[in-house]
Amino acid sequence: MTYNILIAGFGGQGILFAGKALAKMGMNEGLYVTWLPSYGPEMRGGAANCSVVLSDTEIGSPLVPEPDILISMNIPSFDKFTPKIKPGGTLFADCSMIDKKCTRTDINAYYIPASALASDNDLQGLANVVMLGYFLKVTGIFDYDKFLLDITSGIPASRANLIEGNKKALAIGYAYEG
Amino acid sequence: MSVVFDRPSALTDTLMHYCPGCTHGIVHRLVAEAIDELGILGRAIGIAPVGCSVFAYNYFNCDMIEAAHGRAPAVATGVKRARPDCIVFTYQGDGDLAAIGTAETVHSATRGENITIIFINNCIYGMTGGQMAPTTLPGQVTTTSPYGRSPKIQGNPIRMCEMLATLDGVAYAERVSIDTPANVRRAKKAILKAFRNQIEEKGFSIVEVLSTCPTNWGLSPVEALTWLRDNMIPYYPLGVYKDIDKKEGDMK
Amino acid sequence: MPKVLMKGNEAIAEAAINAGCLHYFGYPITPQTEISEYLAKRLPKVGGVLIQAESEIAAINMVLGASAAGVRAMTSSSSPGISLKSEGISYLVGCDLPAVIVNVQRGGPGLGGIQPSQADYYQATKAYGHGDMRLIVLAPSTVQEMATLTGEAFDLADIYRTPVIILADGAIGQMMEPVDFSERKPREIPPKDWACTGHGGTRKRNIINSLMLDPEALEKSVRERFERYKKIEETEVKYERFMTDDADIICVAFGIASRICKSAVTAAREKGIKAGLLRPITLWPFPKAAIAEAANTAKAFLSVELSMGQMVDDVKLACECRRPVEFFGRTGGVLPSPAEVTAKIEAIAAQL
Repeated sequence: MTYNILIAGFGGQGILFAGKALAKMGMNEGLYVTWLPSYGPEMRGGAANCSVVLSDTEIGSPLVPEPDILISMNIPSFDKFTPKIKPGGTLFADCSMIDKKCTRTDINAYYIPASALASDNDLQGLANVVMLGYFLKVTGIFDYDKFLLDITSGIPASRANLIEGNKKALAIGYAYEG
Repeated sequence: MSVVFDRPSALTDTLMHYCPGCTHGIVHRLVAEAIDELGILGRAIGIAPVGCSVFAYNYFNCDMIEAAHGRAPAVATGVKRARPDCIVFTYQGDGDLAAIGTAETVHSATRGENITIIFINNCIYGMTGGQMAPTTLPGQVTTTSPYGRSPKIQGNPIRMCEMLATLDGVAYAERVSIDTPANVRRAKKAILKAFRNQIEEKGFSIVEVLSTCPTNWGLSPVEALTWLRDNMIPYYPLGVYKDIDKKEGDMK
Repeated sequence: MPKVLMKGNEAIAEAAINAGCLHYFGYPITPQTEISEYLAKRLPKVGGVLIQAESEIAAINMVLGASAAGVRAMTSSSSPGISLKSEGISYLVGCDLPAVIVNVQRGGPGLGGIQPSQADYYQATKAYGHGDMRLIVLAPSTVQEMATLTGEAFDLADIYRTPVIILADGAIGQMMEPVDFSERKPREIPPKDWACTGHGGTRKRNIINSLMLDPEALEKSVRERFERYKKIEETEVKYERFMTDDADIICVAFGIASRICKSAVTAAREKGIKAGLLRPITLWPFPKAAIAEAANTAKAFLSVELSMGQMVDDVKLACECRRPVEFFGRTGGVLPSPAEVTAKIEAIAAQL
C-alpha cells in the first residue's frame, strides 16, 4: 500500500501544515512517510505545495510527480496538477476557491467549499483542516479520533483556542455531504 | 647582584627573523612583558596571521595558532567562545587587519568580542617586499605605487582606530608609537590595558602601534624612526580614541 | 526513543548537539538556513554558542578557532557559500583540525538557483581547497541519515583530525521523515592533547599551524597526512547495495538521486529488467572496490546525478573500462523523475 499525495494551493492556506499532519499521523501509525515541500521565494504568498508519501514499504523517491491523490486549494494548482493525477486516482478540490469541475472521467473527483465553510463558521485559516476532515471521511486512510488527537496534541496549551478550532474544522469537513 | 633586565618568560629563546631596525621585536617584547606582568602566560592563546609576524608562533611562549591572511579576529572569536577563560590575542599587520581582514576586524569589534588586538601599522606590506598597504600614506612610494600613492588612483589610506571607535562593541582603542623611549613606555601601558580589559571582561580592545619598516622604506633604522615621526604621526595622530572607562572629554 | 518527524536540516542540527557540538558558526543561505535557525533556538539552552558571522569566510575561521581550542565545531552553508569557505577548509586540513562542514547543495554555477543539486560533487571530492588534500565526504539520502551521518562525521573528524563534509542537497534538507536519534553508537575518540587550551605551565605549548617553508618538511607532513587518508580508504568506505546480486544494470547514485533510482529500479524490475542500485554513502573514500566487484557480474552501469555528470568519472575509474558506464542527469535544480530513470534503464537494457 502506497499513497502518493500532492497538496497544493497558495502560501498561507496551510498547505504545508496539512501535509505535515498527514505525514505525522502516518508515522504514528507505523508507516514509512516522507513530506517534501516546495521552497524558496514562492513560499511567500505565491504557490505552495507539498508531496506526502505514505507507505507500508520503504519509500524511494519522495517526489510526487503523478499523485494518487491531489488536494487542490486554488485554481492555478487545479489547472497544473489535475492532468497529472494517476488514472483511477482521486481529486479533492476546494470548490469555494475553484469555480470549475474536472473534465477527466478516469479519476474520482470530490468537491467541498472548504474555505467558505471555514469562514462561515468563524474558522478563518482552517480551510485546510476542513479539507482534511473531508479527506478522512472519503479515503478512510486514518481513524478520525486518532487523527483529531494527533493534530491537536501538537498545539501548545497557550494556544488552547486553536484546539477547539481545529476540532470544529475537522468535524465540519468530516460531516460534509458532497 | 640582582637581575634588572631579562628576557620575558612569555618569549621563547628563538632568534627572531625580523630585519635589522624593525620594530616588531620591540612590540613582541612589550606584549610578552604584559603577559608576564599579568601572570596570564598559562592561559594565553596567541593568533598570528599572514604577514611579517606570521612566525610569531615561534616567539611567544604560549599556545599559538597561525591563521589565514586577515582572519585572525574570526579565529580569535572561535577560540574565545570555546575557551572564555583563556586570554586570546591577535597580532596583525596593516594589510591583514585593514585590507583583507577588514570585515573580520570590524565585526569582531562591533560584536564586542572580549579579545585583545595588537595592530602593527607600518604603512607597507613587509613580507611580500614593499607593496602598497591600506595605510600607505598619500605620496608614499611603494613597489605597487611607484609614483607615490595618489588618492585619485590608489585611493585614500584608512584610519582604523578612528573608525573602530565609533562602534559600540569596542571597549578600548588607542594608537601608540615606538619611535622614542617615552612612546615605547606609553605603548607598553596601552598593551597592558588592552590585556587587562580582557581579564576584566570589558570587551574588544585594540592597540594600534605605529611601526617602522626600514628595509622596505629604504631607510636606515634611525632615519626610519624620524620618517615615522615626521610623516605617520601627523596622519595617524596618537591617542586614545575609545575607552569605556573614560568620559568623552578625557580622551586623547 | 520515539521517532520524530523532522526536516533533514533540523535533523543535522539536533544530531550535532547530540554529538556534543556546542559551537556553530554560519551565515544564512537557502536552502539550509533551518540548521542555524534550529541551533539558534537550541544551543543557548544547552550551554552552546551560535554566532551568525559577517561572512562564510569568517564563519569557517571561527570554526577553525573553536576547533583549535579543542571543542567540536560546525558550520553549514549551500553551494555559493561553500565556495567562500574553501580557503578555511584548506587551512583546517593544513592544521590537521577536525570540523564538520555541511553543504546543502543548490544549483550553480554562480548564484545559480535554490533548488536541489549535486553539482558540487567535483568540488567536494576533488578540490574543496588548494593544495594536496582529501576530505571525508558523507552523502546522506534520508533524514535519518542526516542525523546518523552527522554524528558519524564528528567522530571521523576527531579520529582522523580532518574536516568532514556532509554533502546533502536541498531536497533532503527540506524534506521531513521520521528520525530516531538513538540509532547511532558513538565511537571512541582519542584525547585532544594537541589543542590550544592554555598550557597552564604544565605542558609544552601547542602550536596549530599550516605554514612550512621548508619543502622537505612540508612534503613529509603531507605524506604523513596521506598515510592517514590511506587508512581512511581502507576502513571507512560506506555504501548500500539494493538488488545488485543478480543485476545486469547497476545504477550508481547518492543522496536524493539514489532515492529516485530506488523507485526506478523497482519499476524496472516490474518490467522484467534486472536492475540494481549501488549507493555510495562515503563519496570520499569512494566505494571503488564495491563497484569493481559489481563489474564482475553486472553488464552495464548507469550513474544518475543531479548534475551534468561528475561522479560518473569515478564510476568509470572504478570499472577500469570493463563495462560501459552510462549517465543520466538533470541539473539546475530539476529533479529527475523515477520514470525518466526507468526509461534510461530500459534503453540500456535494449542494447545489452
